[in-house]
Amino acid sequence: MEFLRPGCWEEALAAKAEHPAAVPLAGGTDVMVEINLGHRRPGHLLDLGRIGELSEWEVGEREVRLGACVPYARIVGELGRELPALALASRAVASPQIRNRGGVGGNLGTASPAGDAHPALLAAGAEVEVESVRGARRIPIDEFYTGVKRNALRPDELIKRVHVVRATGPQQFSKVGTRNAMVIAVCSFGLALHPGSRTVRTGIGSAAPTPRRAAEAEAFLAGALAEAGLWESRRAVPPSVAKRFAALAAGACSPIDDVRGTAGHRRHAVGVMARRTFLWAWEAYRNGAEGAA
Amino acid sequence: MGTWTPTAAGLVPAGLTQSAARGGIGESVRRPDGALKVTGAFAYSSDLWHRDMLWGRILRSPHAHARILAVDVSAALALPGVHAVLTHDDLPAAQKTYGLELADTPVLADGVVRHHGEPVALVAADHPETARRAAELIRVDYRELPVVTDEASATAPGAVVLHPDRDDRHAYRAPHPNVLHRQPIVRGDVAAAARRADVVVTGDYEFGMQDQAFLGPESGLAVPAADGGVDLYVATQWLHSDLRQIAPVLGLPEEKVRMTLAGVGGAFGGREDLSMQIHACLLALRTGRPVKIVYSREESFLGHAHRHPARLHYEHGATRDGRLTHVRCRIVLDGGAYASSTAAVVGNAASLGIGPYRVEDVEIEAIGLYTNNPPCGAMRGFGAVQACFAYEAQMDRLAAGLGMDPVELRRINAMRQGDLMPTGQRVDSPAPVAELLRRVRDMPLPPPLDTEDPDIRDLPGGLANTSHGEGIVRGIGYAVGIKNVGFSEGFDDYSTARVRLEVVDGEPVAMVHTAMAEVGQGGVTVHAQIARTELGVEQVTVHPADTQVGSAGSTSASRQTYMTGGAVKNTCGAVRERVFAAGRRRFGGDRPAWGGAGLRLDGGKVVTADGEVLATLAEVLEGEEPIDLELEFRHRPTEPFDPVTGQGFGHVQYSFAAHRAVVDVDVELGLVKVVELACAQDVGRALNPLSVVGQIQGGTVQGLGIALMEEIRVDPATARVLNPSFTDYLVPTVLDAPAVPVDLLELADPHAPYGLRGVGEAPTLSSTPAVLAAVRQATGKALTRVPVRPEHIVD
Ligand SMILES: Cc1cc2nc3c(=O)[nH]c(=O)nc-3n(C[C@H](O)[C@H](O)[C@H](O)COP(=O)(O)OP(=O)(O)OC[C@H]3O[C@@H](n4cnc5c(N)ncnc54)[C@H](O)[C@@H]3O)c2cc1C
Repeated sequence: MEFLRPGCWEEALAAKAEHPAAVPLAGGTDVMVEINLGHRRPGHLLDLGRIGELSEWEVGEREVRLGACVPYARIVGELGRELPALALASRAVASPQIRNRGGVGGNLGTASPAGDAHPALLAAGAEVEVESVRGARRIPIDEFYTGVKRNALRPDELIKRVHVVRATGPQQFSKVGTRNAMVIAVCSFGLALHPGSRTVRTGIGSAAPTPRRAAEAEAFLAGALAEAGLWESRRAVPPSVAKRFAALAAGACSPIDDVRGTAGHRRHAVGVMARRTFLWAWEAYRNGAEGAA
Repeated sequence: MGTWTPTAAGLVPAGLTQSAARGGIGESVRRPDGALKVTGAFAYSSDLWHRDMLWGRILRSPHAHARILAVDVSAALALPGVHAVLTHDDLPAAQKTYGLELADTPVLADGVVRHHGEPVALVAADHPETARRAAELIRVDYRELPVVTDEASATAPGAVVLHPDRDDRHAYRAPHPNVLHRQPIVRGDVAAAARRADVVVTGDYEFGMQDQAFLGPESGLAVPAADGGVDLYVATQWLHSDLRQIAPVLGLPEEKVRMTLAGVGGAFGGREDLSMQIHACLLALRTGRPVKIVYSREESFLGHAHRHPARLHYEHGATRDGRLTHVRCRIVLDGGAYASSTAAVVGNAASLGIGPYRVEDVEIEAIGLYTNNPPCGAMRGFGAVQACFAYEAQMDRLAAGLGMDPVELRRINAMRQGDLMPTGQRVDSPAPVAELLRRVRDMPLPPPLDTEDPDIRDLPGGLANTSHGEGIVRGIGYAVGIKNVGFSEGFDDYSTARVRLEVVDGEPVAMVHTAMAEVGQGGVTVHAQIARTELGVEQVTVHPADTQVGSAGSTSASRQTYMTGGAVKNTCGAVRERVFAAGRRRFGGDRPAWGGAGLRLDGGKVVTADGEVLATLAEVLEGEEPIDLELEFRHRPTEPFDPVTGQGFGHVQYSFAAHRAVVDVDVELGLVKVVELACAQDVGRALNPLSVVGQIQGGTVQGLGIALMEEIRVDPATARVLNPSFTDYLVPTVLDAPAVPVDLLELADPHAPYGLRGVGEAPTLSSTPAVLAAVRQATGKALTRVPVRPEHIVD
């Protein structure tokens, strides 16, 4: 196994072009586990650790440009206002040790349906900026996940950063696991209210082959809120609306039975999380909150 | 007594022959390895290293049941860096199998594999990665065979018989060759008693396969010796039992296999069976080089025996006033592919099968199966755990049926000293069952959940942010259990201790040498405490455990403080007599007090019963040879259970613990947060209160683990293990571990050294059913299976 240590981004792209099968190494919290278990024996490891810009972020007017290697711990500590759902999701990842190393770039690289960043990114709205020696492109998050542990990256591309839309309303993230910390999601749910566009976005984790949005539920809720003028009045939402939203979110799942949980429980739990996260977010919106609930 | 606090000084021991030395028994002396372990400096068996050493690797079966048609090792042998590849055909001695109780386990598969992960071939190479690649290059042609995975499939007409030529001591009693052992226990007239019952409740329960989940993987180093023998450094629970199984397979006399205990990273029963011991020795003897083997985590999950999963059927009856009329039960334990300690687990499950209750009329049957599931054997609680989960669920059911408070029902039927076990054995030391229940019930309850402004770390789901107080219901549950201490059913369960006393630079110094495996229980601390107390000497060193001294028996069955501690006490007593004899020889002519009764060793001096100092140890031992004695110590004998009635004085000692669980359940999502698990336990005498509380807290959390999350999942269709990693075998984290307030009761057992009771296992029993009772109260669900998963609560 050869260990490549590019000193800058251009070198990294060149190395990836030369060795398209090289496995990028960010925090290593997925890569090293796979190597340990013998699931992967790459000919080349491409260490991104020396490329400082990947661990930086910028807060822009409309979006946060989040470097691929920013560890979860920093998202929790420093981006809670701008990216509340992602910060909540980051807080739910693993343990302090893993949160100090792992980050969103790696989560996207693995593209596990159980990755905690995905529902938050889907809900907030995001684009993944990828680059190769051939050029750069931005992949909308909705198009990024292409199958179980598969993503839209081409073999010579690397993830540079993620452009995540800054919160203009309350956001939430919730995850069900069979232990109270350090657990891979049985299923998870992200939700963001976008008062400016009068829309609601969601993300479902671990209840379908890929992370996905609950499009019908989103449309229903946006319609119900608009119809009753609730965005403006900030009045309480009728229980029937929350209930219907939950049912549609559950209906958007296509889960399986596995060692972590049953399909039935996943569908049910997504519904419960959808209702609860929406009610928390709506309560925060009613109280005038802009950012985190 | 009262609730234990870490700062409390030890109580003055009762009935002591010696006065309390500093650092003696009753004090919370700190572990010698504590700081090293916490700071990561402790050397575990996986840290062993030797110049020129090779790395061993085991090729394991991907199938649970298959015939091996051919094995081709040529490609593996051709790989540069590979020094040896061994299969069954290369075994050097006539003896090719081993086992704790029955030698039914092949060292390497002999034409057939009977469980997923069974060892098939060995590789030694100069690098672990080379060894791994070489193992992948070994070609094994398997023809898969049908699997048997439960009682129905194992005993169905035409079922494949896993061990067709059985001639073991249980075979003649077994109703089917796939039934390894069956133990009935019959007392009184159950049919007649059942007619007196006003309320009868029945239940079927299922107990999942728990793993010991120790953190230090199986590992060790075998070093070939010039005399043709081998020195083996290994993490194990019983050096001499390993030795007895290893030597014949190597074709060596036992004296040529010298074993030394290496740093043990947890055990909990999972190191009672051999793992890599024979394999490393075989490779070392073949290559003439030291060979190290370290299991990967996945291999560890596949490579050691787990706790028996069980199916249990119970019937309890009671009169309207809450008195038990009768209990019937049938316990089916799945032993997997090889015997391990299944027979003894069956004996325990049967004899402890109705719990710490007084019942005259009882019918119990326990069986242990051979199946193609992973082998199951010893784990903390050893058969008593599965039964306790079921009989305590039954007691709650019965209480509901009677409209009675569950603690009150237990109190009414609680066993007391002098009562009979279902085996007819009289419980001849304190059995404070009702008192323990009263104590946990009377402990202050944790404050109710703040649903207005909760800290989400305190809620089910924690930081995963599933609830801000919605859907959460609190439940409280109680349970009590009974566990035996020491090896049972007539086993000659002795321990050996060697103690040496000498004067070095004018100071008396003692050394304690035993073969006891320190697996984290704190034996090394307690043995030094005992020597200080018995010899009145402050400087005590504990010699590393090895086979140059006699057997200390197993570090299991809650027995080491009783047994090897007892052996240290016993040998110290003999050493003391030698001191007095030497003193009499030297000084007795001048001082008649030397001939008096009640001499003691205290503060490095020989002291009379009245406290008069006769001489210092230095004066007595000056110029003498060191006093160096090695003696065996035995507990009182037990006897086997009758094969038909199950009657017999089977157990050495009983220990009791009770728990009260307080849980918060998110009833919509099925998530549980255990708020508190209060425990009261009778420990007879706490030789080291800090260690005792550590044992109780650890056992309690391990019981919580099986209640809510820990389970080896086996695919019923293929008998393959589905989750051999800590990604999906979940053990409680610090956010799952509740507060565990401990109330110690110290009622002396007159038969035991210092009156002590083994403490390590009892808390693992009652913790699980207490959590279940609390979750049932919160949810109203029957919950007859552990671990409880969220879907069981919600569906
Ligand atoms: C104990 C433990 C607990 C865990 N718990 C959770 C959890 O609760 N929730 C969760 O979501 N995950 C969890 N994980 C998984 C892991 O921590 C996350 O997926 C994390 O986000 C991975 O980030 P990383 O930086 O460590 O990625 P790495 O392991 O370095 O990389 C992961 C994948 O992404 C690729 N990659 C990395 N960077 C780039 C890039 N810039 N361009 C292209 N490809 C790239 C890598 O080649 C690899 O395929 C856990 C892991 C462990 C070991």
